[in-house]
Amino acid sequence: MDGNEHTKNLFAATDLIHKKLRAQRTVKWIFGSMSVVILIPLVALTSYLIIRAWPSLTWDFITDVPKQGMRSGGIWPALIGTLYTVTFSLLVAVPVGVMAGIYLNEYARESWFTRIVNLAVVNLAGVPSIVHALFGLGAFVVFAGLGKSILSASLTLAIMTLPVIIVSTKEALFAVPVTFRMACWNLGASRWQTIRTIVLPNSIGGILTGIILQVCRAAGETAPIMFTGAVFFKFVKRGDLFPYKPTEQCMALSYHLHTISTQVPGVPESMLYATAVVLLGFVLAFNAIAIVLRTRIRNRKKW
Amino acid sequence: MQQIEKHSLTDKLQDTSSGTRPGPASGVSRGTLGAFLTHIRRIRRVVSERTIVCLIYICGVSAVIFVFGIFFFVFREGAPFLEHGFKAKEFFLSPDWYPTSATNKRYGILAQLVGTGSVTLVAMLVAVPFSLGTGIFIAEFCGKKTREIMKILVELLAAIPSVVWGFIGLMVMNPLIIKLTGAPIGLNVLNAGIIVGLMSVPIIVTIAEDAIRAVPDTYIEAAEALGATRWQLVRKVILPAAKSGLLAAVLLGVGRAVGETMAVLMCTGHSINIPFDAKVPFFHVLESVRTLTATIAAEMGEAPRLEANADGTYPTEALHYQALFVIGIVLFAITFVINITADMIVKGIRRKK
Repeated sequence: MDGNEHTKNLFAATDLIHKKLRAQRTVKWIFGSMSVVILIPLVALTSYLIIRAWPSLTWDFITDVPKQGMRSGGIWPALIGTLYTVTFSLLVAVPVGVMAGIYLNEYARESWFTRIVNLAVVNLAGVPSIVHALFGLGAFVVFAGLGKSILSASLTLAIMTLPVIIVSTKEALFAVPVTFRMACWNLGASRWQTIRTIVLPNSIGGILTGIILQVCRAAGETAPIMFTGAVFFKFVKRGDLFPYKPTEQCMALSYHLHTISTQVPGVPESMLYATAVVLLGFVLAFNAIAIVLRTRIRNRKKW
Repeated sequence: MQQIEKHSLTDKLQDTSSGTRPGPASGVSRGTLGAFLTHIRRIRRVVSERTIVCLIYICGVSAVIFVFGIFFFVFREGAPFLEHGFKAKEFFLSPDWYPTSATNKRYGILAQLVGTGSVTLVAMLVAVPFSLGTGIFIAEFCGKKTREIMKILVELLAAIPSVVWGFIGLMVMNPLIIKLTGAPIGLNVLNAGIIVGLMSVPIIVTIAEDAIRAVPDTYIEAAEALGATRWQLVRKVILPAAKSGLLAAVLLGVGRAVGETMAVLMCTGHSINIPFDAKVPFFHVLESVRTLTATIAAEMGEAPRLEANADGTYPTEALHYQALFVIGIVLFAITFVINITADMIVKGIRRKK
């Protein structure tokens, strides 16, 4: 484009503009394909696992007990064991986590101490799961004398997943406008009254989301329960809903997947895949519930 | 109308909870007994409120207690080893890990340290470019709808349990690597690195996206006013401004990779081996290694916890169990430093904002 034309048409795209727009398109394309490459495994692997698992994926597989040294039968004891550990860990983690979230958002003031508490939450989330396992072994199994049991395993899981609940509670409470609280205080309500009657009801959805995510984490973790309560095999009647006592060891789905895929030779492949798919399905389903819940809350927000 | 509403709300509040100040006591007119009962009820409410606030404070500091508890109990179990069998030089610089040898027990974790390091390195080579690219794409280049979908997918990726990742490494990646590279065994640094890399993608993407979106709007508006395209804006304005946040994201990814247990236990091949040597290409990604986390996970089941003898010494068989706890302390220390650094970087950004 020569100079004359340029002055005539001041706003026409110059070579420079073309060049930068081209660069922009290329880059967008590169970054876009990068994200696709990252997210492909999620879809591809999930479908691959399901396809390979399909022959074994029956109702019988879920409700039956393992037979012939895990080489046939189902996963019922492991599934129930996972439900046990998750439920017990919920019982501990939810009250403590929600109250810790309330403390951090409603009571704590800006101070060095609050910073330390926040730092501790971040660190608790970052401690490797195997170190949590060592802690559970040292503290609950040995020191507290609970032995290897569902209780020890659940407590370990509870402490490990605590940060999930604390952080989401804190965020849910933070999203409630200060004006709501002020209106309540002006009516003469105390801090706790305000929290109970105004803040908590308005943030219950966010807190629930955190709790569901905690269930996901707790169900999927293997390392923390390996030495604190999970057992290779335990005899359970088929379809029995309450086969374990809290002071006993139990089977767990995640640990079961690990043992049958690494330590038991001759397990049919489709059974391995089916176990993985059940675990994955459990976790992803709960996660999807959490996501739907959160989206609905966000859309229905009144303020 | 308004007044009535206000009154009923006040009543409700007094009805349901403790009220630290006396309201219009409804019990007075009911005679002495009624007044007494109201009084008791009020005391009970105040007391129960105090209890609950007290509980909230205790739970609030519980995170601190737990972090100290973790350190204390892991240290407590490992302490006898630190006292008796621990020589820092041998422990950190010797690759000889023979904890169950009958005659000559040796505890050197160099090979495991290098194993953890090499898996983390490969994982970061896989994860960092892709995660930062994805983070930038989600934050700056795509529409609102795409962004929502991408964020959900990233979250689902984060939800996949590590044992399922390990299973994928074992059953899917293992034959794939053997077929593609001709390596004798598919359980190696490359396998574990890719798996762990995929596992640390979500955390890096999330934190990186937050960091990018935290760049002040005024910067962006200024650049746009000068006619910058999105890419120029990202390259010249956003990346420099968000650089420490991106660093924090990468650090947290490293923390995740170092602490990963089940996946590396199942994918690394679990052999004591240092994958570096003087021969080209120096770093052999197709060799099996063993990591710190996997060592603990694999051996804790077989290491017995033995009590001290009467004279306070421990039988030599007890050292294995204790040494594994010392590895735990090392891991705890590494992740602690990484997390604190990342947190300080993030806090620093927030303060500047």
